[in-house]
Amino acid sequence: MEFAELIRTGQAQAELLRGPEEPPLRGTLCITGHHLMLSPGPQATPDLWLLLLRNVDSIEKRVAGDSGTITLRCKDLRVLQLDIEGVEATLDIARSIEALSSLESVITSFPFFYRPKGLRLGDAWHFHPPECYYKRVARETNAWRLSEANEDFSLCPSYPRAVIVPRAVDDSALARSARFRQGGRFPVLSYYHAPSGTVLLRAGQPLTGPQKRRCSEDEDLLRAVLAGARPGARGVIVDTRSPQAAKQARMTGGGTEAKAAYPGWKRLHRPLETGRPLQESFVRLVEACGDLEQSMDRWLNRLESCRWLSHVKETLSTACLAAQSMEQEGACVLVHGAEGTDSTLLITSLAQLILDPLSRTMAGFQELIEREWIQAGHPFQLRCAHSAFSHARPKHEAPTFLLFLDCVWQLGRQFPLSLEFGEGMLLALFDHAYASPFGTFLCNNEKERCLCEVRTRTHSLWSGLSQPKEQRKLRNPLYVPNPLAIWPSAEPQSLRLWQGLFLRGTRPPEPSEVAWEKVWQIVTDQEKTEGSQPTDSASEAGP
Amino acid sequence: MEHIRTTKVEQVKLLDRFSTSNKSLTGTLYLTATHLLFIDAHQKETWILHHHIASVEKLALTTSGCPLVIQCKNFRTVHFIVPRERDCHDIYNSLLQLSKQAKYEDLYAFSYNPKQNDAERLRGWELIDLAEEYKRMGVPNSNWQLSDANRDYKICETYPRELYVPRIASKPIIVGSSKFRSKGRFPVLSYYHQSKEAAICRCSQPLSGFSARCLEDEHLLQAISKANPANRYMYVMDTRPRLNAMANRAAGKGYENEDNYSNIRFQFVGIENIHVMRSSLQKLLEVNGTKGLSVNDFYSGLESSGWLRHIKAVMDAAIFLAKAIEAESASVLVHCSDGWDRTSQVCSLGSLLLDPYYRTIRGFMVLIEKDWISFGHKFSERCGHLDGDPKEVSPVFTQFLECVWHLTEQFPQAFEFNEAFLLQIHEHIHSCQFGNFIGNCQKEREELKLKEKTYSLWPFLLDDQKKYLNPLYGSQSQKSAVLEPNTVSFNFKFWRNMYHQFDRTLHPRQSVFNIIMNMNEQNKQLEKDIKDLESQIKQRKNKQTDGILSKELLNSVRPESPALKATLSLKEQALLPVNDVLRTIEGSSPADNRYSEYADEFSKAEPAVVSLEYGVARMTC
Repeated sequence: MEFAELIRTGQAQAELLRGPEEPPLRGTLCITGHHLMLSPGPQATPDLWLLLLRNVDSIEKRVAGDSGTITLRCKDLRVLQLDIEGVEATLDIARSIEALSSLESVITSFPFFYRPKGLRLGDAWHFHPPECYYKRVARETNAWRLSEANEDFSLCPSYPRAVIVPRAVDDSALARSARFRQGGRFPVLSYYHAPSGTVLLRAGQPLTGPQKRRCSEDEDLLRAVLAGARPGARGVIVDTRSPQAAKQARMTGGGTEAKAAYPGWKRLHRPLETGRPLQESFVRLVEACGDLEQSMDRWLNRLESCRWLSHVKETLSTACLAAQSMEQEGACVLVHGAEGTDSTLLITSLAQLILDPLSRTMAGFQELIEREWIQAGHPFQLRCAHSAFSHARPKHEAPTFLLFLDCVWQLGRQFPLSLEFGEGMLLALFDHAYASPFGTFLCNNEKERCLCEVRTRTHSLWSGLSQPKEQRKLRNPLYVPNPLAIWPSAEPQSLRLWQGLFLRGTRPPEPSEVAWEKVWQIVTDQEKTEGSQPTDSASEAGP
Repeated sequence: MEHIRTTKVEQVKLLDRFSTSNKSLTGTLYLTATHLLFIDAHQKETWILHHHIASVEKLALTTSGCPLVIQCKNFRTVHFIVPRERDCHDIYNSLLQLSKQAKYEDLYAFSYNPKQNDAERLRGWELIDLAEEYKRMGVPNSNWQLSDANRDYKICETYPRELYVPRIASKPIIVGSSKFRSKGRFPVLSYYHQSKEAAICRCSQPLSGFSARCLEDEHLLQAISKANPANRYMYVMDTRPRLNAMANRAAGKGYENEDNYSNIRFQFVGIENIHVMRSSLQKLLEVNGTKGLSVNDFYSGLESSGWLRHIKAVMDAAIFLAKAIEAESASVLVHCSDGWDRTSQVCSLGSLLLDPYYRTIRGFMVLIEKDWISFGHKFSERCGHLDGDPKEVSPVFTQFLECVWHLTEQFPQAFEFNEAFLLQIHEHIHSCQFGNFIGNCQKEREELKLKEKTYSLWPFLLDDQKKYLNPLYGSQSQKSAVLEPNTVSFNFKFWRNMYHQFDRTLHPRQSVFNIIMNMNEQNKQLEKDIKDLESQIKQRKNKQTDGILSKELLNSVRPESPALKATLSLKEQALLPVNDVLRTIEGSSPADNRYSEYADEFSKAEPAVVSLEYGVARMTC
């Protein structure tokens, strides 16, 4: 397919408004296969303004007289306004943007063309293969092995090639268990908590169906988990659906673990919203955040009724429950919902951040996202196809990953010294999950990524983020390693709206950003003065 | 003390008000003449000043004992369980007596003795000098003068002795105007903006009824207009909702008729009265004190309490005032009904927006002295210092502090002080430990001889200044600018550290402030060290060229810097918490949170409750 067919117009004169308090930009507007470009005249600053068309969530055009206005609402929640000369040009540009921003093909997407200077293809891709995490586990315990039963993605299309399973269970038993779990997602190790010797597992729902089927290999697998932990260890299954919903799932072939079939395991239900309700909550919150004129009562009312912070609270407290079961009670924990690709991953990844100091480092956090979201098969392409502005009827969209980032932001607010990355990192991850020049968040699972050769033909976000010039934006200047578990408060009084994200489009750059810069300055001053003192005394020792 | 029957009860349990389980700390409860003291098994002390107690409640007897719930004015809530009902009853009765004093002389300030001599005490009282402050603003000058009309409190009992009025306003005009204003509170200067030559004036409502006029009052307003050469018209802000003001006309009070006053622009700004504010706070506290609160209940409660709406209204009024002066160079006269609640809020906040001096630690004290204490905000009645009319109690000053807090959130570099400073002041308007906030007006304070019998709070805060500094203060642009806060609804947030100051489980687990503060100080120290070392090197080089190189000098230059040592030790203590005490703060304990009922099963040893005191105990012991 040729992009040229979709581009209706070459260029036009336009003025761009990027939000409150930013000066408008005038110049020549131009559309390419992947970008909207505005090149200011020669007299202006030479900076070219560039927007990835994939970032456009909704487009609105208005014409009046002999000019037109296009409002672009972006997936990263920014709102842009283009005033364009000429009615025809306006309509053509709008149509071109509409066509180009909704292309669904992965292999013609921009990451396959993006070749930035200074980065080599294939760099950083091998930072976090499953083998890598297995090595960490193997150092602590012998009860687990790395299985390549899913080498050709035949057991489970949404798992990576290699997964960590109990040593006592062989590959054929895994295959049986896979057939008993939704999407083939048999229980695999997500995290090994060395201090207590317990594990965190995740899976899809068991396919018990209305006949309450059982699968002895699946039962053996979970028995082996307890046996491998320590004698007499208990297990906790956290089902992210309500008891009713889990029961109802039997009608459609799903279900949940029967108590009698899994001795030693206790089941807890912690209903978390996913899918449609979560997307609607997101849309309503963003809508409320766009209204600058509303009264205090109206704002508080909308904040309440969109329920976003309720989702944050429920998610955080469920993650705490899972983490607490492991650390305090020494229980092994299995998390699943229905598919095991959404709320399940929310809980397992957050529980690790709470318990594992390594996952709170810059590298550890990237590894966590790679392992628990990307390789664990969160369907990014489906979930992030549209953001909060799209008028298209939502199909599979849901801001699960954003909810995760929000929870991490809340953790960071309550433990401002314990995360090595700052708000900038979370914002960047949000942006890139929805539209990115990098290949990291492309596709829905490892199988698709292999088919599209994402690993060899696109650049990794992680190598992009490791560029030195990015560091100041992404890091937390006040980070001090904290070897302890960090238990957040999930009370409503302790949770806050993530203004840095949700008010992005409406709020002028805050003085708080200036203040953050000041914190950086104090910290770097500190490093400088501390560093320079020895050199001073050294120089004096010379003569 | 005749009220105290039991001074010590053992085996008392202290419950966490947000914990769903019945875990508790066991300890001993002591009752002193001034404080209630609880010492738990870990020797951790919890001090509660009797004056801070807003209400004591004895709940129905349970199997474990008799529950006693104490609500404090600083928003601390403690829940004790006393094993024997008799003891509980005694404590309950004693606290009822001790928390409500009938006479000023029984307040803590009259017995509090920080071991200062008379000269030190007097110096403390002279620390904030309002005459000095008016001089700083630039009055008296050719347009404004000091009036001696109220020298003996003859015209207005609730005003200070020294008042600044337009130079052209003669004494008969002042006297005439004061007769036309509620409680005699005629228009006087509150703040003078030197470069704009515009003034903030304050007064009470006119006794206009439906048609009454007062030529002297009209003249006085005209004189205020004329005292501003930059602008011919002036604003008159009635801070009440229009309806309330109109209702007042039936009682012979009311508001200015624009037809009778030349060149005024009249404006209502709609801040509700003290009764609405009191019940709003009441609702807020009910909501956030609920156990197992859901996000939805919290926000719908926040909405229906109207608290943030009221805060926004006060803020909007102050912004209107600041804009009139900054953008139009117009003088503004502010009043409400009596001119000591909403008027104080709006005048002080407006000045704070305009003048960076009030955003410093000392300047903020001056601002409170001037617009709140001297102009007769009725602290004793509003804070319920004495056993009086509960309908006079209202969180007007708390709202002012909350507005300032919102400003510090929006302009993190514009204030010299931090949140702890605001919380500490809030603590002391209720503590009655210092004389500053006792009484309802200056005349009353003089009669109580507060300056001879009590101490002033300000020198103690200044001595402790380090704790209240904002490490980010100092960007030139924010430091000197007129603040223009954005009052979009989503900029107003629930002030957790005020309303949950003592609920440790709800706090962020780590504080950025102290760390930055320490770093900042170390930077300064290290820079100084570097300079010292450099100058020593220079010195030595000079000497070297002279051929004198003494071993002694080498030693003096090379010793390990004490500051560097301090840095390292600080890092080990504060930044890398490994010992148990810090552990509970840094890592926190999951037992503090109610993730689920399931948590109960997992409950093990409860960690020590570390209550974050803002100094009462420390200052009183």
